[in-house]
Amino acid sequence: MSPEQEPLIKVRNLKKYFPIYSGALLQRHAGDIKAVDGVSFDIYKGETLGLVGETGSGKTTVGRTMIRLYEATEGEVTLDGVDLFSLKSKDMSQIRRRIAIIFQDPYASLNPRMTIGSIIAEPLEIHKLASGKEKEERVNELLSMVGLGTYCVNRYPFEFSGGQRQRIGIARALAINPDLIVCDEPISSLDVSIQAQVVNLLEKLQRQLGLTYLFIAHDLSMVRHISDRMAVMYLGKIMELADRDEIYLKPVHPYTQALMSAIPVPDPDIALERKHIILEGDMPSPAAPPKGCNFSTRCQYAKDICHEQEPEFREVKSEHFVACHFAEDFL
Amino acid sequence: MEKFLQIKDLTTRFYTEDGVVYAVNGVSYTLEEGEILGVVGESGCGKTVHALSIMGLIPSPPGKIEKGEVIFDGRDLLQASQGELRDIRGSQIAMVFQDPMTSLNPVFTVGFQITEALSIHKGMGNNEAREVAGDLLEQVGIPGAHSRLDDYPHQFSGGMRQRAMIAMALSCDPKLLIADEPTTALDVTIQAQIVDLVKHLQQDLGMAVMWITHDLGVIAEIAQKINVMYAGYIVERGSVRNIFKRTRHPYTMGLLGSLPRLDEAPGTELLAIPGLPPDLLSLPKGCPFVYRCMYAVDRCLEEMPPLEQTDEKDHTVACWRWKEIISKK
Repeated sequence: MSPEQEPLIKVRNLKKYFPIYSGALLQRHAGDIKAVDGVSFDIYKGETLGLVGETGSGKTTVGRTMIRLYEATEGEVTLDGVDLFSLKSKDMSQIRRRIAIIFQDPYASLNPRMTIGSIIAEPLEIHKLASGKEKEERVNELLSMVGLGTYCVNRYPFEFSGGQRQRIGIARALAINPDLIVCDEPISSLDVSIQAQVVNLLEKLQRQLGLTYLFIAHDLSMVRHISDRMAVMYLGKIMELADRDEIYLKPVHPYTQALMSAIPVPDPDIALERKHIILEGDMPSPAAPPKGCNFSTRCQYAKDICHEQEPEFREVKSEHFVACHFAEDFL
Repeated sequence: MEKFLQIKDLTTRFYTEDGVVYAVNGVSYTLEEGEILGVVGESGCGKTVHALSIMGLIPSPPGKIEKGEVIFDGRDLLQASQGELRDIRGSQIAMVFQDPMTSLNPVFTVGFQITEALSIHKGMGNNEAREVAGDLLEQVGIPGAHSRLDDYPHQFSGGMRQRAMIAMALSCDPKLLIADEPTTALDVTIQAQIVDLVKHLQQDLGMAVMWITHDLGVIAEIAQKINVMYAGYIVERGSVRNIFKRTRHPYTMGLLGSLPRLDEAPGTELLAIPGLPPDLLSLPKGCPFVYRCMYAVDRCLEEMPPLEQTDEKDHTVACWRWKEIISKK
C-alpha cells in the first residue's frame, strides 16, 4: 500500500479501560483493566491491516472500541475525516452503514430463531436500504456472492456447518455495502481446509468490492497471508507495525522476534533448522502492567531504562513503527 | 526397536438416536518404543476417539468398540478388565487432554492432584509424594515449583496448567504419553514452550509419544511418523519427510495446500479443499474423500482402497489412483 494514499480510518492514542470494583455494597473503584492502552494506526483504503497478538493482548477490544461497540476511555478515531467519538447516536448510525463486523464464533453470532434470509435482510431493514422484492433479490445476490445458494433463505442456522455459518456472517456484513469490515478472528473456530475456503472468499470479495479489512487473529501465518501490513499487540499496546513481509522476515521488536520464531512451519526441513526463541513466563495482568515497557518482564534484552520509561512508538524506518528503546540496534 | 503398541483393525461406533456414527473404521498401525507419532486430521476424523478407544475410555453406551486388537506390551487392552486397565492407565499409558482448565479438578490443589497418582500407582507416602510432585513441577519448568503445590488450578495460567497436566502424566514414568491437542488452547509462544518441553522430556525419558493435533505445523516440528486420518480411516501414513515432501494422498495434498506458505508471492490463492467432510452417520460406500477429491473416478465411489505401500519404504497410502496422480504432477 502506497504511503501517499489517504487513510480511510485513523486511530490515535485509543484507550479502553474496564473498571474493577471491589466490595459488595459500596462499590469502590479499585483499579482498571487496561485492555487497550494507547494505540495509534491508520488503515488505508482497500488494504488489509492484520492485527495479531496473544490472548488478552487487547486486539478484539481495539476492533470493538474503534467502531464504538465499546465507548472509548480516551483517544480519537476518524473515518474519512469524521470524528466518530464526537458523533451523536443518530449521526453514528449513518456511519455504521459504512462499517461492518464479522465475529469469531459463527454459532453464537447468528440468532438460532431467525431464518438465514431474515438474518441477512435485517441490516437492510434497519438502514432502510431495501424492501419487498428488492430486498429479496439483494439477499439472494448476497448469498450467491458468498458461495451459498438461494435454498438457504428459509433455513435456520443449525442446519449449517461452521464454515457455512461464517459465510452467512460475511453475507450479513456485506449487506450494507460497507467500506470497512472488522474481521474479528473469523477463521479461528474453523478446520484447516475450511479456513482456506473462507480466506479465499474474503480475498475475492475484497478484489471485487474494493473492501478494506481490519483482520484480527492469532493465527500468524494466516494473517500474514491475507494482510498487506501487520500490527503486533502485546498487553494493550502495539509493539510493532510494518509491511507484512518486513514483520515476518525482519522483525525488529524482541517480542515480534519471539512471536515469529514460535510460528510452527509445516515443513520438516525448515522446522529442523529453525530455532525457537522461547519466552519465559506469561503475559502480566492488564490490571497491573509493569512499569516502563510492557514487555520488559519477559524481554531478554531488557536494560534498566526498559523498567523505568515507556518506549515511544516511533517510525524507525520508512513505514515501520516500533515501540522499543533499542529498536535502532535491532535494525 | 520393539513394536510395543500394535493396533489392528480398531473399529469404534456410536449408537445414537440419529443412527450409527462410524467414528473409527478399521485402523491398524504399530508404534515403536521411544517413537513420536503424530496423528493429524480435522474435527470428526476420529483421531481422539481412536486414542480413547486405546485407553478404554469410550463411554458405553452409546459407544462400542466393534472389533480390533490393541496389543500393548504383549497383551490385548481391549480384552483387559476395568481393574487391569486402571493399573495401566496412568502408570504405563498417560494422557494429556486439550483443555487444561476442564481436565484439572478446580476444588483440589495442583499438588494434591499430582500426589494422588503417585500414591495410587506407586504406593508413596504423603511426604515422599509431595517431594516428588514438587520435583515434577520443577521438571516441567514451573517457577518456584515446590511452593506452588498448594495452589489451586485457577491460580495457574493456561500454559502452567498444561505443564501441570504434563507433570501429572509423567508422574509414574509412563512408556507411552498420549497428548490430545495439548497446545490447541494455548498461544503460539506458550505452544512453543510446551512443544520444546515435550521434546526434551521424550529424549530424556525415552517414552513414546502420540501427539494428536490438527496443526500440521506443530506436527512437522515434533513428530517422526505421521498418521493422516479422515472420516475414521488412516488415509496416509509415513515418516514426517515422506508425508510433507512426497505426499501421495489427495487429502493430505489438500491439507498442505490449505496452509499459507512462507515463500508465497503476495496475492497467491490458497488451494482450499472444496466441500465439507462427510457425515459420519452415512459414509459413502467407497473412499470417504470421494466427494471432495478432484481425482475421483467411479471405482472410488464403490470400493474403499486399502492402505498400500507407496514407492517409498515406510510410507503407505489408501488411494486407488496415487500412481497416476504423481505421474501427472
